[in-house]
Amino acid sequence: MKHIPGSEYAIEFVFVVAVLATVAGAALAVLATRIIRSVCGLALCCFGLAGLYYFLHAPFLSLMEILIYVGAICVTIIFAVMLAEPDEAPSRESRGAALGWGALALAISGAVFWGIARLGMNHAWLKPDAKAGAGSVKDIGVALLTTYSFAFELISLVLLVAILGALVIARYGRTKP
Amino acid sequence: MSFSHDQPEIYLALAAFLLAAGIFGLVRRRTLIGMLIAGELIFSAASLNFVTMDHFFVNDPAVGQIFVLFIMALAAAEVSIALSIIIAVYRNYRSIGSKEVSELKG
Repeated sequence: MKHIPGSEYAIEFVFVVAVLATVAGAALAVLATRIIRSVCGLALCCFGLAGLYYFLHAPFLSLMEILIYVGAICVTIIFAVMLAEPDEAPSRESRGAALGWGALALAISGAVFWGIARLGMNHAWLKPDAKAGAGSVKDIGVALLTTYSFAFELISLVLLVAILGALVIARYGRTKP
Repeated sequence: MSFSHDQPEIYLALAAFLLAAGIFGLVRRRTLIGMLIAGELIFSAASLNFVTMDHFFVNDPAVGQIFVLFIMALAAAEVSIALSIIIAVYRNYRSIGSKEVSELKG
């Protein structure tokens, strides 16, 4: 393949865009006051994650991330937003208490971030000598139908039960007396 | 340390950030849908960690991808159940604030 000058910078640029989309989407998802904006933040975060999966040599996963998270989960949450009135009522706690609890939550999550990021970065991970496969779509398909076929069938059973359960729960109370 | 897409540290730090954001949202959100979204962020953090480990440190790169596929399927099932519960709660309480739904029958 012909080498295009400047392509490394373009690749790094796309990577930075994916990282920024993930970070900004996650921040928007937890900080926005209107719930519909936080759903949009979740969608943005999932697009960024799909780009990161592509950089990690998992193109099938990146496609599935967009299909399932953006296409199914975000749309379902938007349906629920339309059916219920999800906007947060103005807080009844005083300004000082809100600031205090917010600072406490920020401290807890900051500690979690600091600890786990430090652990991940400083641990001497062992690199394997040789890769057994390429992790291509074909490998995934073969493994799904041989090694993991039982788990695959169980997952489909779980999805079926979840659909039935969701129907039953959401229908409860709507029958005519 | 240069900023490159070919080293695991950035992905691991990003997964830790997603987990922290999810925990912050779970603690601070006052509606059930907001808490559900924060839970999805935690699922995403786990998935990103799995794919990173799978790409950099594991012999067979198909294993982590399959696990992440299972995580996605379970997340979809969880969201469908949780949203139907939220709608049932809204029908009973006319609200989905987590403070109002604190009574049990018994």
